[in-house]
Amino acid sequence: MTGLLAQGALLVSVVVVALGVVVTPVAIRTGRREWLQLSYGAVYTNFLLVSIATGAMLVALVTHDFSVSYVAAVGSRSTPLLFTIISLWGALEGSILFWAWVLALYAAAVVWLHQRRPGNLVPYAAMTLLAVSAFFAILLVGPANPFLPVSPVPADGPGPNTLLQNHILMAVHPPLLYLGYVGMSVPFAFAAGAIFSGEAATNDWAILSRRWMLGSWAFLSAAIIAGMWWSYEVLGWGGYWAWDPVENASFLPWLTATAYLHSVMVQERRNMLRLWTLNLCVATFVLTILGTFLTRSGILSSVHAFTTGTIGYYFLGFIALVLLATLVLVAGNSDKIRTAGTLGGAASRETVFLLNNLFLTAVMLTVLVGTLYPLVAEAVRGVKVSVGEPFFNRMAVPAMVALVFLMGVGPALPWGSTSWADARKRLMPGVIGAVLLGAIALVAGARAPWAIIAFAFVGYAVVGNLREYWIAMRARHAAHGENYVRALAGVMSANPRRYGGYVAHVGILIVTLGIAASATWRTEREATLVPGERLTVSGHTVRLKDVWGREEPQRSVIGATLEVLGADSSVIGTITPRMNYYRVSDQPVPTPDVRSSLKGDLYANLMAFEQSGRNATVKVIVEPLVPWIWFGGGVVVLGAAIGMFQRGRRLAASAR
Amino acid sequence: MKRNRVIAALVVMAGVFGWLLFGGLEKNVVFFLTPKELLAKGTDGVGVAVRLGGQVKPGSVQWDAKTLDLRFTVTDGAREMAVRSTGAPPQMFRDGMGVIVEGRVGAGGVFEATNLMVKHSNEYRAPKPGEEAHEKYKTLIKQTGP
Repeated sequence: MTGLLAQGALLVSVVVVALGVVVTPVAIRTGRREWLQLSYGAVYTNFLLVSIATGAMLVALVTHDFSVSYVAAVGSRSTPLLFTIISLWGALEGSILFWAWVLALYAAAVVWLHQRRPGNLVPYAAMTLLAVSAFFAILLVGPANPFLPVSPVPADGPGPNTLLQNHILMAVHPPLLYLGYVGMSVPFAFAAGAIFSGEAATNDWAILSRRWMLGSWAFLSAAIIAGMWWSYEVLGWGGYWAWDPVENASFLPWLTATAYLHSVMVQERRNMLRLWTLNLCVATFVLTILGTFLTRSGILSSVHAFTTGTIGYYFLGFIALVLLATLVLVAGNSDKIRTAGTLGGAASRETVFLLNNLFLTAVMLTVLVGTLYPLVAEAVRGVKVSVGEPFFNRMAVPAMVALVFLMGVGPALPWGSTSWADARKRLMPGVIGAVLLGAIALVAGARAPWAIIAFAFVGYAVVGNLREYWIAMRARHAAHGENYVRALAGVMSANPRRYGGYVAHVGILIVTLGIAASATWRTEREATLVPGERLTVSGHTVRLKDVWGREEPQRSVIGATLEVLGADSSVIGTITPRMNYYRVSDQPVPTPDVRSSLKGDLYANLMAFEQSGRNATVKVIVEPLVPWIWFGGGVVVLGAAIGMFQRGRRLAASAR
Repeated sequence: MKRNRVIAALVVMAGVFGWLLFGGLEKNVVFFLTPKELLAKGTDGVGVAVRLGGQVKPGSVQWDAKTLDLRFTVTDGAREMAVRSTGAPPQMFRDGMGVIVEGRVGAGGVFEATNLMVKHSNEYRAPKPGEEAHEKYKTLIKQTGP
């Protein structure tokens, strides 16, 4: 019943969306602007219909309605309620449904917020979002239909993939990722709308789309950090990033979106890079679709690739269509889009922004080539290869370290031009931070050149960004006689975009510090312990207390309790790595345990155990500063949130 | 005039970047081979980082819990290759299952593994008698359970 209702809703949505796409150009060409209400109505109706389908799926999941194919594939009566609800995005069809719902939500929000704006930009943007919705609606009634009837109705199902029901971050990472990924359709829609409406020759569309990109960027940043955290907490290898194709898939659009957030400022202030900014919008969107193709088509074997089917061809077709359409549109209008602005001096903020875009693009291309190469090699030469981590570390890390340096240079330099003497005065203070942090790293035993350079650059950039607050704060204090706290608040609220940006910078620097430190000083040891036996790793000692087993409704849990010993051999805590055996799988899920402090993590994973409880093999890893990565991610999001408060004052003034 | 110079600079930069990129790729590509394909390379296959894929030959797994020395044989049905690694076998390691082993062939013809990956299948497979998962832990739960 629910299945039939939802299928009906999805079928109607295909028709509604298609009508919405067609009616827009007709309304504009014939001058019947009142018809545009039909297109906007289609956006709202589509949101309603996809909401009905998504709601029906949630009801079916929660009530264990195994007559619905998706529930039969991922549901189980023994799965806890929370994991039953979040299995909505735990497999292919449900995740496409969820995607379509988020897209419909964004489209409705765009129309709701911007439909009163005069001109044809918003109608065409809405049309573009409807066209993208049409693609997902077709997937949902075709190759990714989650509501197919099942007969005979099974009494119970296998439950979600065991890896995906083992940690609470599964409730966090996917929705954030979708909000980020799908949100990037909105700047693309504005870019396409700008071309269709002829407004690409102004800067207004980029200013409208900027906040949408910033919000999506914040969601994607949080999602990447949450994904790293999930991998760290669940997979048991004690790492958070391995240049795995699915990780790269989330990183690629993040890079172009970051480039956009910087280039759009150059477009506004210097009337430059309009064509480039537009291309970044398109590239970001295409990379989100490519990422979905990589993770959802089954072309990779990973926890993200659910099944093999025909869905990959739909995605390839869609990517080809988007690329072809934008190529024709952009090439046909490039003379109109191109801008006349020029660079200021060499030592200016816009120069740094250009370099920033250059390096971000280089990192993106490197990661893209490294990710796609195995697929191309297999398709063309018939050999199975993988591109190792050294490729990414050697090729992308230097450019990323350079970006950290630029993060300290850009904020210090003014727009336009300045004398070399003035530039030197502005750039020198950061050197203190660089020397300080570089020296600390050296004393602490770092020897790899790239690591030391990374630490020094982080020190440089931290000083560079914090100094901007200090200068503005002091100026306000002197001018208005406000105390320093009020002055800081005043600085932030007067220009949230700029100072929010610096907060995001500091967040990225904290993340960088965590990554550089854990990559440099990570130590691990593995040993088989009998109860009472100790293992010491880099100054941290644990003692095996016991090995135990416990039954839970949906799984059996085997654990090893390790006591963490202080300097005087007193017990200062315990860590309990476990192994979870789910009823539905013969393969256990590792469940490491982590003890965190400001200085870093003590990470333990249960590798093997003797049934008698006589011994357990554990891997213990000391990971310095890893919690800083998660904390820094939070700071990045905070910075983006502050930046969202920018009102249209200066933006409107510079629209032309 | 100025525009031409900018374009020329961009072309040079793109060229250098592409050269670096594909040079780096060539050095860091790891081939995925079965024992048969690896052995067919003869001495060319010695010392080169590869990913070896196949099944764990039933009965070949030897693990010393004290020294963490792990030995097993990977087979593709046609040929087989001895593998040595240090550390506990992955938790789902089992006779006959698909594995990918990263490493290189040592001088003695034994594959020295640096990384072991188990092909984690999402499909549910009914366990054969004697290899049900609970066989591995039921005593422990009986002993320590409530």
